[in-house]
This record gives sequence, structure tokens and C-alpha cells, in this order.
Amino acid sequence: MSAIQPSVAQDRSKQASAPVGGSAPNAVGSVGAPIDYLLHLADNAVVLGQRNAEWCGHGPILEEDIAMGNVSLDYIGQARLLYQLAATRLGGDVTEDKLAYFRDDTQFRNYTLLELPHNGPLVGYAVSNRDYATTITRNFLYGALMVLVWEALEKSPDADLAAIAAKSLKEARYHLHHAADWLVRFGDGTDESHQRAQAALDHLFAYTEEFWTPSAAEEAAVASGAGVDVRSLRAAWDGIVNDTLTEATLVRPEVRGYVTEGKHGRHSEHLSYLLGEMQGLARAHPGATW
Amino acid sequence: MSSVVEQVWATLEPLTDPEIPVVTLRELGILRDVSETAEGVEVVITPTYTGCPAMGQIEDDVKACLAQAGIAARVVTRLAPAWTTDWMSDEAKEKLRAYGIAPPHTTRPAVSVVKFMRHRPVPETVACPRCGSTHTAVSSQFGSTACKALYKCLDCQEPFDYFKPY
Ligand SMILES: [Zn+2]
Repeated sequence: MSAIQPSVAQDRSKQASAPVGGSAPNAVGSVGAPIDYLLHLADNAVVLGQRNAEWCGHGPILEEDIAMGNVSLDYIGQARLLYQLAATRLGGDVTEDKLAYFRDDTQFRNYTLLELPHNGPLVGYAVSNRDYATTITRNFLYGALMVLVWEALEKSPDADLAAIAAKSLKEARYHLHHAADWLVRFGDGTDESHQRAQAALDHLFAYTEEFWTPSAAEEAAVASGAGVDVRSLRAAWDGIVNDTLTEATLVRPEVRGYVTEGKHGRHSEHLSYLLGEMQGLARAHPGATW
Repeated sequence: MSSVVEQVWATLEPLTDPEIPVVTLRELGILRDVSETAEGVEVVITPTYTGCPAMGQIEDDVKACLAQAGIAARVVTRLAPAWTTDWMSDEAKEKLRAYGIAPPHTTRPAVSVVKFMRHRPVPETVACPRCGSTHTAVSSQFGSTACKALYKCLDCQEPFDYFKPY
């Protein structure tokens, strides 16, 4: 894992004050999660938040347009807290904005699953409309993981991380509930919605294999005592996923083959475009405020 | 309570939520604490939802209100214990209802997520803030903001927001 070296950037003059977690500041010598682990959690949240925000103004129905905007806000809020914590611990002139806007794609530690566009696999220069079944299926698969991750991290001896986890868990439960409800509605709905939900599942499921092979940052977090061993969450995740898929009359795909490595910094081409859009303004006008 | 702490509470009492101007920051549980420390007076606020766009405005409002009153105090944002709708006073809940927002039920005891999914809660019975009917239905789990769900009353036909337990 390379250390994070944010590119040059000017400070935002109006930086929100960074919140502190526990009632006492994290004392020297207490357990602190590795920075790369915080960035892994933050990058996951910011990338999916940015991706889902693409539905803003384009949702399939008004209620879902609003729901996806709110879910995205939650994710970006969680990412901000994690980036602020990482920035505080890195010290110097590092800010949340530098971490979000001035790192390049290979420095991002998010799961590949989260950067994929809202449609099935395409060949060459083919383009496609966004597919809401893909959006919901991804939110469900990731949401089921995150309730378990936050449940575990809520008890982390890293008091600042535990405080973020306690808040995020409340939001993650609503995200999972929302995604599971829609997945059941799609799967157990019309022939068209069932077929599209199954296709989304067949496309996305292989990417969840990345959840279960710890990265160096995750291993370091477990060794420090501050993180959670993802492998210990797999049985519970399988339980949530299998129960919901049964209710949705969907078939869990068999998975084998290549395991993606987004959290190691090796991404699909889609992340670069996503970051291009997300980071372009901040890079064109460093230090801009509004 | 020292006189300066009392003065700060009194100064900040009129501040309301930017999106729900009928309830104060204190009633919502966002304004958590005022204390005298070695470095001076400290005002503690806590965020609601992590992505709530109103939090920046709230912090600015608190700072401006203190400055206007000539009070030198630091404003600190603290995450733990995590904000919960259970901190809302009964008085605040009644104000929400009168404003047209169904107030939050008490949060359910935390259960493990596996149980949470296996026994997926049936949508809560929420009374219409206009006619009081409990003959209502959820339209969407996310309403005008992340903290609210969208319901409709099946008797008076009015759509309304429900402040979700958090
Ligand atoms: Zn009614």
C-alpha cells in the first residue's frame, strides 16, 4: 500500500470544522485504524454516492429519484466523516477535499463493484441506458455487507471510527431495507422486471468475491484491533442474500474465476470517467468555494 | 449552571432547524451541551444524518448567533453518542405534528441485521398529522429529505412526511 500523497492543492478557505468522535479526543497510544483502511471505507462510500447520484433528475419514478438522491447524500456524508478523520490523522495540510478530489484513480481503494455503470456488460463502444435493476441489485449486495461491517466497527476500540460506524449503521439499515424491498418487487414482479433483476444479479454477483479476500489495509486494520475481518461476516451476508433472493424468486449465480482488485487500486476503466466528472471542477478551480 | 453557560443556552434557544422552522435545535437534540473549559466556553452540536445538507447552515447559525450576542465560544461538532430521534421532546413531537409532519416513533431495540432482514418489520402504523387516521400507507421510504419517509392518508387523501426513527 502506498502512503497517500495528495497532490498540491490550495486550502479551502471555508473548510467545515472536522467533527470529533468520542467524548474525549483519541489519546496517544490508543488504537487507531490504519489510514488506508479509513480511505478504503471512504472511497467505497464516495464512489457509490457519486454513481447513484447520476439518477438525480433521471429517476424511473419521482419517489425513487428522491430516494436515490437521499441515499447518495448519506453515502457522501459518511465519506466526508471518514476523509475528515483520515485528514486529521495525516495532519499537515491534508484536508477531506484533497483526499476526495486530488488523488488519482489508482490511489482509490473502493471495490470495483461500486464504480460500474448502471447497466450490464457492454462490448467496445456500445452504450446503454441506465438500468434501475442494476442500481438496486448493487445497492442490495453492498448494503448487506455494510450493515455487517458497521455493526462490527461500532464496537471498534478506535473511538472515532466507532462513532462514525454508529451513525452509518442507522443509515445503512434504511439503505438495505430500501434495496431489498425493491429487489423483491422486481424479482417477484413482472416477467420483464424479473428478467432484468436476474440479469443484473448474474452480471454483478462475481464482483462480490472481492469482499472476502482481505487487502493489506484490511489485514493491518484487523491486526491493529480497530478493523473487522471481512471473512467473519460472510456467513451472515450469505444468510441475508439467500433469504432475500428466495423471497424475490431470483437464483443466486454460481461464481468462479477472476476476483476483482479495486480495493488494491487496480480498477476497471469506469472509475477514471467517474472521477473525471467528480474531480474536474475542484481541479480546474483549486480552492474554489461557493 | 454558571451564569455564562445559562446565558449561552438562553442566547441559542431561539435557533430553529433550517428545514423545520417550528422546532429548535435544542428540542431536536442537535444542540447537545454548553460548558466552560480551560480554553473558554464550548458549545457542542451533533449532526443528524451524516449527509444532512442543513448541518453546515446550523453550525453557521450557532456561530453567528453567538457573535451577535458578543459571546466568545468555540463550536464543536461531536459524533458520539450518535444522534437519535429518541432525544426529541414530546413537546417537539407535538410541534412537528401540528406542522404537518408525523413525528417519529421510538426507535426499535437494536437487533442483529440478520434478524432485521428475516423479520423485516411491517411498515409502522403512522397516524395522519391532519386528520389523525391510522389508515395510512407508505409511498416511499425516502421523502423530501433523508430523515423523512413519504406516506399518504387513505382517509383524507393527503400525502404527508413521516420523520423516521433514527
Ligand atoms: Zn388524514
